[in-house]
Amino acid sequence: MDSILFIIAAIASIGCGLNLVLQKHPISSALSLIGVMSSVALLYLLLGAEFIAMAQMIVYGGAVMVLFIFVIMLLNAGTEKRSDKSLFAQIAGFPLLAVLVVLISFLIRETFATTASDVKFGSWVGGTAEAIGTRLFTKFLLPFEVISVLILIAILGAVVLARKEID
Amino acid sequence: MIDHIPFVWYLTLSAVLFGLGVAGFIYRKSVITVFMSIELMLNAVNLSFVTFSYQNKNIDGHIYSFFVMVVAAAEAAVGLAIILTIFKNRGTLQIDEVDSMKL
Repeated sequence: MDSILFIIAAIASIGCGLNLVLQKHPISSALSLIGVMSSVALLYLLLGAEFIAMAQMIVYGGAVMVLFIFVIMLLNAGTEKRSDKSLFAQIAGFPLLAVLVVLISFLIRETFATTASDVKFGSWVGGTAEAIGTRLFTKFLLPFEVISVLILIAILGAVVLARKEID
Repeated sequence: MIDHIPFVWYLTLSAVLFGLGVAGFIYRKSVITVFMSIELMLNAVNLSFVTFSYQNKNIDGHIYSFFVMVVAAAEAAVGLAIILTIFKNRGTLQIDEVDSMKL
């Protein structure tokens, strides 16, 4: 059952990711990105990260994507124009990228060949909201406070940038 | 096998998603889609953080992934405001038409 769910989520995320890269219209790319985020949330659940899965759905699938789609609507972004690419990029771009991904996968396989164990759903349930909250407010209290300042600065920056008059 | 998934599969999937994000970042010409590719790369990194967290039975990876999410949300707000400003000033979303700093 676990591997079936994993394979479904993996195929969905890779398919949606490919769709994101290949579609011409930004709104299709945005919908594909929502698909990727939902399948990644399913993978988080399989890894026992309940809180992160819910945060992924709310923050990414909800807030960030609404922002993206809102901007696409606001700017009336249509199909993008394709510009000419260099001959080298046309011929060698995707093969080189495939080589890079295969190389990384090979390195991962070799590095963790001896130490890797299997992932089984339910064998580790440390990712609850309680555990994350406890760790966040003890060991990671300073980064948590700093990141709240970062959010405040981001809000101010967004307001300043999106004002009507900008010089 | 049917209820055990090898740990390296998750990392490989994360690498593939990251590669797709890099491809979109380089290949696409619309600012909004380039920005979405960055979000895809951040998602891939988050997936490997959570996987390592499971492997080491340590919750710190979840916290890092949570922080990445927060920074990504802040980045999305600021980045989309910048895109709005670019569109207001130049009337285009094509990345290669915004080249006034090019020599």
